[in-house]
Parts: sequence; C-alpha cells; structure tokens
Amino acid sequence: MPFLNEEVALRHRRRTWIPGLLLISPSLILLAVFVYGLIGWTFNLSLQDRHNARPAKGYVGFDNYTKLFTADINDRFVHSLQNLVVFTVVFMAGTLLFGLIWALLLERRARAEGFFRTIYLFPMAVSFVASGVVWRWLMNTGQGDSAGGINAIFHGLGLGFLESPWWTHPDWGMAAMAMPAIWQLAGYVMALFLAGFRGIPEELREAAVVDGATTFQLYRQVLFPQLTPTILSALIITGHMSMKMFDLIMSVSGAQWLTEVPAVYVWQTLLTRDYAKAAAISVFLLLVVAVVVVPYLIHVNRSEKRS
Amino acid sequence: MRLSRRVAVVAVAVGTMFATVACGSTDEPGAASADVEVFTWWADGGEKAGLDGLVGVFGTDCKDFKFVNGAVAGGAGSNAKQVLASRLQQNEPPDTFQAHAGAELSDYINDDQVEDLSAQYSEWGLTNAFPKGLIDNLTVDGKIYSVPANIHRANVLWSNKTVLAKAGITKDATTLEGFFADLDKLKAAGVAAPLALGKDWTQQMLFEALLISKLGPDKFNALWNGSGDWAGAEMTAAINDYKKLLTYTNKDRDTFDWTDAEKLLMDGKAAYQLMGDWEAADLDAKGFKDYGWSVFPGNGNVFQWLADSFVLPKGAKNAEGTKCWLKTVGSATGQAAFNQKKGSIPARTDVGTDGFPAYQQAAMADWKTATQVPSCPHGSACAQTWQGAVSSAQGKFSSDGDVAALQAALASAAAEFGPKKK
Amino acid sequence: MTAAVADPAVQTQAPAPGPARRAGFPWAALIRYGLLLFFVLIVLMPLYVLVVTSFKSGREIGVNGQWNLPEQWTFASWAKAWTALGPSFGRTFQLAVPVALLSSIIGAANGFVLSRWRFPGADLVFTLILFGMFIPYQAVMIPLREIVLWLGVPSGIPTLIFVHTVYGIPICTLIFRNYYATVVPEELIEAGQMDGAGLLRTFRSLILPISIPGFVVTVIWQFTSSWNDYLFAIFLSNTRNGPITIALNALAGAQSPDYAASMAGALITSLPTLLVYILLGRWFIGGMMAGSVKS
Repeated sequence: MPFLNEEVALRHRRRTWIPGLLLISPSLILLAVFVYGLIGWTFNLSLQDRHNARPAKGYVGFDNYTKLFTADINDRFVHSLQNLVVFTVVFMAGTLLFGLIWALLLERRARAEGFFRTIYLFPMAVSFVASGVVWRWLMNTGQGDSAGGINAIFHGLGLGFLESPWWTHPDWGMAAMAMPAIWQLAGYVMALFLAGFRGIPEELREAAVVDGATTFQLYRQVLFPQLTPTILSALIITGHMSMKMFDLIMSVSGAQWLTEVPAVYVWQTLLTRDYAKAAAISVFLLLVVAVVVVPYLIHVNRSEKRS
Repeated sequence: MRLSRRVAVVAVAVGTMFATVACGSTDEPGAASADVEVFTWWADGGEKAGLDGLVGVFGTDCKDFKFVNGAVAGGAGSNAKQVLASRLQQNEPPDTFQAHAGAELSDYINDDQVEDLSAQYSEWGLTNAFPKGLIDNLTVDGKIYSVPANIHRANVLWSNKTVLAKAGITKDATTLEGFFADLDKLKAAGVAAPLALGKDWTQQMLFEALLISKLGPDKFNALWNGSGDWAGAEMTAAINDYKKLLTYTNKDRDTFDWTDAEKLLMDGKAAYQLMGDWEAADLDAKGFKDYGWSVFPGNGNVFQWLADSFVLPKGAKNAEGTKCWLKTVGSATGQAAFNQKKGSIPARTDVGTDGFPAYQQAAMADWKTATQVPSCPHGSACAQTWQGAVSSAQGKFSSDGDVAALQAALASAAAEFGPKKK
Repeated sequence: MTAAVADPAVQTQAPAPGPARRAGFPWAALIRYGLLLFFVLIVLMPLYVLVVTSFKSGREIGVNGQWNLPEQWTFASWAKAWTALGPSFGRTFQLAVPVALLSSIIGAANGFVLSRWRFPGADLVFTLILFGMFIPYQAVMIPLREIVLWLGVPSGIPTLIFVHTVYGIPICTLIFRNYYATVVPEELIEAGQMDGAGLLRTFRSLILPISIPGFVVTVIWQFTSSWNDYLFAIFLSNTRNGPITIALNALAGAQSPDYAASMAGALITSLPTLLVYILLGRWFIGGMMAGSVKS
C-alpha cells in the first residue's frame, strides 16, 4: 500500500535527523541560556529600579533608557555615543583605506608578497591590551622640548606643526584613539580584499583587457563591483568590533571622560553599583549592533539559499 | 604534508611552554590557611614603606599568620577600587582591604560586604583610643565596621624651593590673590606651567582646596551634608577662579597620575603641586630634599582630612588572621611604625611624636587645633557614586573649561547622590 | 559561504602569472615597492619601540634618545616583567588550551550536523547561533557573573574556560559548517548510510579523519582570542587568579609605569600568539577570514 510506504519513508527520515538534533542540542541549550537567556535577564534588569547592591524596589518601565538621554549628568551617555561615532567612522574608514591600498599593491603578483602580507597582518595576533602599552607611549602628549613618542619624531624632523595632543584633544581625541585599532586590523581587511580579488574569475579581467579597458577602468568598472560582498563583510566585522571597543581604551587612557564610550561607561557604572543603568546601556549597545547585524545575517542566509 | 609538520612543531613548542610554566604556577592563592591577603593601593614609594613598617609589627605580633601583599598600584586607589569592586562582586574578597573612612566606607556597609567589629573594639580597648569625630565616621547605626590606621591631610601645597628662589619668591602665599601673583611671577621667570597637576581625582583635590579658600570651612562642609549651595553665585566665582588656576598647570594633565606630576616638581619643571601629605614620605623615599610645604593659600587653619582604615570583609577566608592584622593596625606600636614611614599621622591619640619627621610633627600639632573638613575624592565627604559623577564632570571641565556645565553637573550630582536637603 | 573559509590559503595565493606585461617603464614597480616598504616601516614602528625599549634600563627611558637603540642592552626589565607576569602566563595556557580543544570539538559536531545531517529549520537555528558571535558581551556580563557563581564554577580560570567555550561555539560552528559544506560530498554520507552507519559512527570514522584543517583554524582562533581577551577576564577574574592580560594591565597601568618593564611585558604577553601566527600564518589568516561569514 502506498500509504505504508510513505510512513516508512517519513519514519526513516525522522530517524536520520533526530540524532543530529540531539547531538547539537547541548550547544543549543547553552546558547539559549547564555546568549538569549542572559540578554533577557539583562533587559529585565534594565527595567527595574536597582541602583545599588540592594534588591530592586520595583519596575520603572523604560525610565532607565529615557534617563540616559534626558537626565544624565553632562549628557555623559550622549557624549560617549559621540565618541563612539567618531571612533567608529575613523576606524572603519582607516581599515578600509589601508586594507584596500595594501591589497591593490599586492594584488597582482608582487614579488615577496608573502613577506609583505605577513608583516601587514602580524599586529592582529597582538592583544589590544599589549598594543595599548606601546601606543600609549607613541601617543605621548608632550610637545616641543618635552615631546615623546611620535611627537618626538615630528619635533626632531622639524615638523613641529604636526605634533598633536592625540587622544586628549577634546573633539578629535577619539580619532587618535582609533589609530592603534587601525594598525591592528587594516591587515585583516587587506586579507579580505585579497581573497575577494582572487575570487574574481580571471576571464573577467582578460575580457576587459581585450576590450581595451585602461587599468583604472578595469578596477572601477569590472573588479570593484565584484567586491561588494567583501566590503560588506569588512564593514560588518570592523563595525561590530568598534561597538564593543573596551580593552584598547582602558589600556591607552584608562577610564575617563575624554575617551569614554558606552562599553567603558557600562564598566564605570557597574563599579558604582548602578546595575540597572549599566544594563540599560548594554541593551542599547546590543540594539545598535543588532540593527546592523541581523539584516546582514538574513541577507547572507538568503543569498546562500539562492546559490 | 607541510601542514601536519608545522602543526607538530607548534604542538611541541606549546607543549614545552605549557610544561615549564605549569610547574611554576602551583602556588595557588589561599593554599595555606595562614595567609592573610591585605588589599591596598600602597604599591610604591612612601606608601609601600609605610606598609612594610606595619608588616614588620604584624610579623612579630602575629607569628601564626603570613602577610600576603595584595597591593594594586594607582593613586588614590583609582585602579585598586575597580579591582576590589569586581572581586567583591565575584565573592572573592581579600582577607582585608583598605577603605577610606566616612561616606566611602558606608558603601561597603550598606551593601553588606563588611563585618561588624564592635565586639573587637571593646576586646582590644580601641573604643577610646581614637578621636570621637573619627569614630563617628566609622560607625553606622551604632555598629563600628573598620579600624583606622592613619590620618592624612589633603590640602597641602608642595613646592620646589630652588624654582621659587629663582623667581624671587621667598614667602609662602597665604591668600588666593597672593598665590596667583606668585604663579604669574613664576611664569614671567620662564616656568611655563608652574602648578603641576594630574588627572581626575587630583583635579578634584585642587578644586576642593580652592573651594575651601573661597567658601570657608562651614560652607564647604555644608556642600557635603545636603545644606550647601552648589548652584549659587559664590560657586560660579569659585569655578571661574579654578578655571584661571588651570591655566597655570601642565596641559597634558589628563595623562598624568599624581607621581608624574610630582616628577615635574622634582625636575624643576613646575614650582607647586597640591597633594595630600603622602607626598612628603614619597619625596623622602625618592631622595628629593629640596621641597617646601604650606597649607593651600587661603585655607587658613583648615585641615582637610582623610583616613585609611581596614575592614573584615564578609566571606574572608582567614577571618582569624584578619583580626590579628586589624589588632596590629589599631595598636600604638603598629600605628607608629606605619605612620612614620607613610607620611601620615597616627589615628590614635596616644602615640608620641618621637621618631616622626618634621612635617608630621607639625601636622600632629595642627590636627589637634585645626578646623576639620572632609574630602570627596578620598571618600570622607562623599560616597563612590557621587565621587564618580564629580570625577567625570571634572574630566570634562579639564578638556573644555565650560564653567556653567561644571556647575550644573556638580549641582545635579549633589542632588542625585548626596544627602537630601534638610 | 564558500571556499574562502574552507581553504583561505589557496585563495590568498597569487594567481599564476598572467599574460606578459608590457616591458620597460620600471617606474610603476619602483613606486609600488617603495610604497610597500614605506608601509612596512610604519607597521613595524610599534614593534621596534617595544623591542628597543624593553632592553633599556631605568635611566635610559627618559625623553631624550627614546627612539635610539639602548646604549646598554639589559634583560633587567624582562626579568621584572616576568616576575609580574610569570604566574598568569602559566594560567593563561591552562585557559587557552582547553578552550581551544573543547570549543573545536563542539564546533565540529555542530558544523557537521548543520551542513551534512540537517534537520528541519537548520538554517534558522544556524542564524540564531551566529548571532551569538556578534553580541556585545556587556549585554550578558552582569547576569553572567551571577549565574556562574550560582552554578558553583570555581572563579578564575575554570570560569573563564567555561565562558570562552560557550561563547566560542558560534564561530567554531560557523567554521566547521562551511568547511564540511565544501569538502564533504553528500555522497560520502549517503554511502555511509547505505552501510548502516549512524550519525556518531559517520562522524567519527568518516568525518573526523578529514577534519584536521578545520581544527587547525578553530584551535588557532580560539587559542588566540581567549589568550588575548580582557573583557571577560576583568569581569570574571582578578590579578591573583586571572589570565595574563589582567596582569599586564596591572603592570602597565600602575602609577608612573615602568615603560621598559611594561613593554617587555607586552612582548611576553604577545609571544605565544605571535609564535602561532608566524608558524601557522596561513591557517591563522584562515581563522580570521572565517570571522567574515562571507558568501
């Protein structure tokens, strides 16, 4: 009977996929608890009136969120967001720029390509805490005769006008703070671009050359459009790293007003035991990341199905 | 097959490193029950010397126990308080830790993180050994929670005598106007930044010293107990003077800890530094002799005090050892050994002045007669939440000099975190 | 998501020489290599400072001549740094090695199921897992501390092993899923099923033997990221029981830090990951590339 056959087939299929689900279920439970569960817990905490080590007095709705924008002393939270924006823009632009330049320089059979690639990439192996040590020294704010670090080089070369207060500059300090981060991750973006360039079929280039395209036209009209997915992933990765930036800032400047970003503000708030406020800042940070990452993940998922 | 060969090389290299270091890392903390981990931020210079003096007495008085140094460096405990907060939250308290007497201590008491020591006070006969005002600052609801080790004075102006002499300054200024005049003389003599300054909490100290001059001790005290006026014209005038004062300081102050600023003074790049009297011990420890000191100009006979005290945390692994440490801290011999090196004066009233350096003998005399005011960055005037808000506001002011913003921030911080107006 | 993840080494190799270029005109090459070398100098500058300063003694670290080579090379600062970092150096190995192994094994199993032993809704589940890779960990940190205490995991290294393993699952799953999707043909699984092999036997005898390249990538990734982590470390451990980044920050963040010792410490802290990078560079890059979730 056809009916029986179908049931057997169904049972067979189920027998095959159920063990798979079982094997993966410990991970799923762990992630359900430690990612989604804890996010829920933090969110719940952010809605409460819990501003010291004692238990919460009750729920206050979204007060902790609105207060971040309306009642934070000196608009400290907004200031930390501004810092984050400056940092993120400079960091993402810097890594993309250097990553692209290096990839373009290396893209066509450079001699000793391996050597250059290795050098450009090595900073990625170093922790932010360790690189913070040397960058704090390089970005010494002394100028003139007491110049140190990079300023000393400028001073020595007679380029005194280039000497900079680095991260202590009230408006552009965060741009200086992005320099170590660019140093560490530009090589990574370069590797992404190199992989992107090499994923482009050789025939495309050849066809363009046959059509008489100049080198500029070749890149502008043939190769760059092919790199859109690469640029997208580079932006997503550097962007979400930037949102989380904590180690580097703690290591270069320590926690202070000038260089405060939301991730550092959370830490400062926790130290004074204001748990609900810390939770509200964290959840806000998560939302910002999610707004960018979730559409990206959906996009990746879809385009994968298409192929 | 290159892959597997490289993997093998790494595996061997990593394995060897692992084996070598694993052997060296068996001394896990808390392995021996005799250990008493003492958490402080006294890691260098005069502060370390003071701690060493205390440890010496502990070694003879408490032979059954072993002192373990849990010091975390960083001025005024800026780093240490972070580490401590996270250890307390992790339920990993040290056996005892340093806490400023006053509002800061009440944070730990309110959060139920320290034990009541009232019984030990009567057992060790400490109840009458300390001045009553200090005891009040350690007591909450009739229970006493910590043993004070010392009294420091915060409002002291240190100077480099040679630099002053070069600029023709022979007398210490006693008013703010006089001080500004001297600073101008120094600038004219080529000292670009005559007042050495560091980051956040050191700026708070300078601001408070100036407030004492501008407002006088009564109004200054009122700021912290809820009856003062943060929003008024007097405060605006004070902030404007503070802004002017900052123009005499080094521009890279936000990258400096107090010892970096101290170095400017020692190197003759600055003439003055406002700092607590731990600076005397530190300068001595660093072999710098050419320093002078006075109370901050315009402070008169005001003694801005702070006191370090030690507590018994809830969940301390070695409570008996901690009690012996606390007993040593509270004893007359312990206080003498500690304070002679630390640059502070004993909290006990019955320790003689013999053996103390000149600065401290003067401070001991002043303490008995002076008008006392507390300090916010050192915890005697405000709790940590308040302190954090003020520190952030000072940091902002240091970079943008916005007088109205600083005043508004200070007023909101007092309203939000301070005691309610009476 | 394709071969870029599975075997980046192939992808980052230069392609075979193309058609011969027009001869002459060496200017382009000159400019190109000039630029490449200039950037090498820029990128190596911090490393130069680290090495040079770490071999100086206390007196030489002043403002003058700070970019010069040491007049007297000394290991004193290295010794001082090692005293401060030694114990945590060992602890960090005890952290990073188990984390690398545990999360790799879990990731391999998950990746296999999600690519070649799929169940209904596997794509959605995969996306949900991936999201865990991007979250700012601050959003879980407050309750994390409480839940780890409540679970009774001993604080310090055991806690960190647990936490890094859990939060490492997404990336390891991603790497293995993409790897298996590229190198394991469906037919292999089907052939195994014909022989009556169940999930575990298929995984053990057919899949694991060809998984080494995937493991190299995840082990490197997890080793490096748990070695370099500071955020979890500062929230969940302290200078007495935590990893090396905490100890380095204590050494370098002290008042008037000893720059020579700090820099020696920064080098000591970076040595293991740099060693891994130098010896396994290509696969290291592969691990980094895997972070890109690219298709």
